[in-house]
Amino acid sequence: MAHLKPGTRIRSAVCDTEVMVIAAPASDVEVQCGGTPMLAFDAEPPAGTSLDSDAAAGTQLGKRYVNEGGDLELLCTKPGKGTLACDGAPLAIKGAKPLPASD
Amino acid sequence: MMLLEMAAQGFGDRVAVSSGQARLGYAELFTAAGAAAAAAKASGAAHVALLDESSLALPIALYGAAWAGLPFVPLNYRLSGDELDALLARIAPAYLVTDAARCAELAGRLDGVVASREDFVARARSAPPHESAWGADPDEIAVLLFTSGTTGTPKAAVLRHKHLVSYVLGSVEFGAADPADTGLVSVPPYHVAGIAALLSATYSGRRVVQLPRFSPERWLELARTERVTHAFVVPTMLARIVEGLEAAGSAELPQLRALSYGGGKMPLAVIERAMRLFPKADFANAYGLTETSSTITLLGPEDHRHAAASRDPALRRRLVSVGRALPSVEIEIRDVEGRAVPAGEPGEIHVRGEQVSGEYLGSGRRVSDDGWFATRDAGWLDAEGFLFLEGRIDDVIVRGGENLSPGEIEDVLLEHPAVVDAAVVGIPDPEWGEAVAAAVVLRDGRRADEAELQEWVRKRLRSSRTPERIAFVHELPYNETGKLLRRAVRAELAPEA
Repeated sequence: MAHLKPGTRIRSAVCDTEVMVIAAPASDVEVQCGGTPMLAFDAEPPAGTSLDSDAAAGTQLGKRYVNEGGDLELLCTKPGKGTLACDGAPLAIKGAKPLPASD
Repeated sequence: MMLLEMAAQGFGDRVAVSSGQARLGYAELFTAAGAAAAAAKASGAAHVALLDESSLALPIALYGAAWAGLPFVPLNYRLSGDELDALLARIAPAYLVTDAARCAELAGRLDGVVASREDFVARARSAPPHESAWGADPDEIAVLLFTSGTTGTPKAAVLRHKHLVSYVLGSVEFGAADPADTGLVSVPPYHVAGIAALLSATYSGRRVVQLPRFSPERWLELARTERVTHAFVVPTMLARIVEGLEAAGSAELPQLRALSYGGGKMPLAVIERAMRLFPKADFANAYGLTETSSTITLLGPEDHRHAAASRDPALRRRLVSVGRALPSVEIEIRDVEGRAVPAGEPGEIHVRGEQVSGEYLGSGRRVSDDGWFATRDAGWLDAEGFLFLEGRIDDVIVRGGENLSPGEIEDVLLEHPAVVDAAVVGIPDPEWGEAVAAAVVLRDGRRADEAELQEWVRKRLRSSRTPERIAFVHELPYNETGKLLRRAVRAELAPEA
């Protein structure tokens, strides 16, 4: 997959999950969902791939997912069954930091 | 568009927007936006424009334009004649939504398609769900907003999807609103705060109640009947609401939890009175520009309470500051040579962040290579990063080589018990280059003369800042979104110039 850029949307090859990249590390990383690398938004999923049952914790709409280093952040824009991961390490949900309403 | 699709998936049954008796849910809005997109695309238009006050047509046209990959252009519905024709020519061919009377008037002479508000909404709402995918390019233009043109030909500020999405994601959490949360939006669609309010509300799941034409009576009535929990007003609106409530002697809005304001300078007296009238409400002051996708600094509820409760004048003064930069935004004050100045020193406000566009159609981005945008606003930061505005750089009065901020002098005039509003401008002066002049509105039943007010200012500021001329007027000229028209004040005080 091409280098990740904030604002880019990518989707899972094995479930309904879609995410938008909020922050991406400078180096190339591989983002997976459900055990398989994620795809460009308009790409067709390759034949024969399926959800890995060890990577099926699911994604939640509107949650932000971050890696341990904190330099990769994804926003779930469509939920699915797979687990998001970066270079094999599962991503964690980022805690909300509410701001007072300004509009 | 992504924001709306997420809302439709996450809480599609909730009401997204109420306008009078009409209501539109998130899933319904999503479907209607798809239909509007198809209609706009089929027309061959290059822009989707709205020449109208707030109605359900606003969210449908805004999201429909995004779906179709066309810029959305909300126009000031008070414009007419040549001014309007000039703007319409700049966005031709357009798919234009307007009121029925204008629709008849413009049909046939507009390059593009005209639809009446009622037809547009009815057609979009009755259409079946639309299958086509929506444009997903974050670099495309989402909204074009024409500046109010108080300083010449209106410029079209460009906001791309990436700027608006960055603003929303940087300031709101998805679905964070309680199902009962209701926001009253009384700024017009062509004001960046009107667009930002709609986008933030969509993403957080907060119902929007539209108030098409502001009046303090109507605002209070809607706040009560629609059980409004959140509201955004410009300072002139808040001043009128406060005056109205104090005259009526009651402020029964038990549901109102958050009152935010911005879009102009808030006089200390008005905010103090508003805080007394709504002791339970969280106040937030938001400062931002069209070119920065709305809010960049925020004076939050805790800041308001701390400042109001403090006896330290420096802390108390924060009530008239616009707060600190949002976590996703950086602020710097720079001198005329472009060097950053330390806390306490005034200069031009520069801003950097993903939501900053700083771009005008036809004249490119006014953002430096390292991402900084010069706002043309003057201000200073205190030691803890609270930003104080001093007005537009172009409004600074240069008297005998000394730079004077109109805002500082206005603040002092407004502290006088007889003064309800004040505007300070520079007028041509043969000796000093510019002289300080003020237009002052007195409170009903109160008196003060020129010499008394001059003495009032002289005692609190230096004599160079004392207005050499003070005119007493019935009201100051504001445009409909609460912006003081300093040019008009200047013309009145120095008609020979």
